[in-house]
Amino acid sequence: MSILQLCYVVSAILFILGIRSLSSPETARRGMNLASLGMLLAIIGALFSQQIVSYTWIIAGLLLGTLLSIPISLWIPMTKIPQRIALSHAGGALAACLIGIAEYYRYRTSLAPASMGIVAIEVMLGALTFTGSLMVAGKLHGILPGRPITYKGQNAVNITLFIVMVCILITITLSPEMNVMFYILLSLSFLFGIFLVTPIGAADMPVVIAIFNAYGGLTGAVMGFMLANRIQIITGALDGASGFILSILMCKAMNRSIMNVLFGAFGKANEKSDTHSLASDKNQPQSISVEEALPFFEQAKSIIIAPGYGMAASQAHHALREFVDKLKANGVNIKYAIHPVAGRMPGHMNVLLAEANVPYTDLFDMEEINPEFPHADIALVVGANDVTNPAARTVKSSPIYGMPILDVDKAKKVIVLKRSLSPGFSGIDNELYYKDHTWLLFGDAKESLSKLAYGFKRAWGA
Amino acid sequence: MPAGLEISDIYIFILAGFLGFQLISRIPPLLHTPLMAATNAISGIALIGSIVVAGENYDMVTNILAFIAVTCSTINVVGGFLITDRILKMFKKENTKGNK
Repeated sequence: MSILQLCYVVSAILFILGIRSLSSPETARRGMNLASLGMLLAIIGALFSQQIVSYTWIIAGLLLGTLLSIPISLWIPMTKIPQRIALSHAGGALAACLIGIAEYYRYRTSLAPASMGIVAIEVMLGALTFTGSLMVAGKLHGILPGRPITYKGQNAVNITLFIVMVCILITITLSPEMNVMFYILLSLSFLFGIFLVTPIGAADMPVVIAIFNAYGGLTGAVMGFMLANRIQIITGALDGASGFILSILMCKAMNRSIMNVLFGAFGKANEKSDTHSLASDKNQPQSISVEEALPFFEQAKSIIIAPGYGMAASQAHHALREFVDKLKANGVNIKYAIHPVAGRMPGHMNVLLAEANVPYTDLFDMEEINPEFPHADIALVVGANDVTNPAARTVKSSPIYGMPILDVDKAKKVIVLKRSLSPGFSGIDNELYYKDHTWLLFGDAKESLSKLAYGFKRAWGA
Repeated sequence: MPAGLEISDIYIFILAGFLGFQLISRIPPLLHTPLMAATNAISGIALIGSIVVAGENYDMVTNILAFIAVTCSTINVVGGFLITDRILKMFKKENTKGNK
């Protein structure tokens, strides 16, 4: 066993310990430091490999990469983390894809079928993950339209394309010298990544981001197979497992199957259900002003806050925390209810609240918090919409029927901060707003929260 | 030279997959975003493969392809660990209000 191999074994152990440490916020930072140490060790080991004859391109790449990584890591706002993660999925997949091309280009005349098959799979997966992740990042960032883009026969086109790709894959595996076929497969894979994401709306991005995480992991593992690099097989498998688990969790949180997300084009069926729910609720929602809302908060003993992405988008989370600080100083019990898809990627909302200095001990998952809603005096909904819609429990025709939701309607009073009555991300009208114990506080969430914080004084508190 | 499929590699892949499944199921939703950032950083291990290909200096085509691969993987490694730490730094327990 060479020293290089020993380095890789130690790195693999450190990576596994690093991931394990993420099971608690207390150990996470130290564990990740271990993992980065493992990475450093592996890279130093690789730099001493015997195959290396020239360092020019290596050093150029290392320097440029380090330089480019600073702005997208240290300066990026937390609301933009999802597109940043999607971009790095694209980058990782591109790296694997290019190495696959380079290996094919160099050894194409002497490849055995088994090696050729691995190279082809790597290039295919890498290419489709690259363009697919770029599409995800574009949709999340708003460069591309967030609405699903569909046309007739879309699924047929995608499936045909996929079958053609598999056929080419088999052909070149059997006869690796077919140069043209390889590059056709490469181009088709780039195209397939784009086609795959086109029909998926921005609301489904938490799932898609996780799916591409899994693909990226698989691509890495296949690259490990190709280069006979065991540590890369291990990290690829870990990454793939992580992406796979997260995509399943996200799908469960939206009560959809992965198949349905990829081929279902959410938002298509909405027009029908919209008219239905509006017609059945003729009464107008009750609105409330900041001054009228204040006594509610002054009498409350326990409040559960249900935040949504809209809150973070309007930068209201800092104002929210200031208001909460005042409430807490007066002995009000505050909890945050976090729906798994409250943000734009798995766990996003927790990060946004942590950014506003909300202690993580106040953040509760949906399963933990739902039984507590009936005991809460006020459920304060800030920027969340579909994840609070009781229609998911009762209305069978609703597109979100069966989706697990936060039971905010079971609280004694519900106060919703909202800009207007417009429907949420999925375009579905929310029944919650028409209930007798629900009050809507219209206006910019940040402004309303600042006013509430300013106006709040409990009579017996001061 | 691209390697063929070795059976021991497949064992490693499968065992690591199961290990990943066990480890990651235990991670609370609270930390799912840092988890994604962390796996991203770790998957930047593609860097070591890219480094070797870039260092072999075969011809201009492979050099440029490998150079881009080294750059992309370095971004993932450096950026991934930086942003994971930045996110994890924000998770605090009760009573840290003063230090805004």
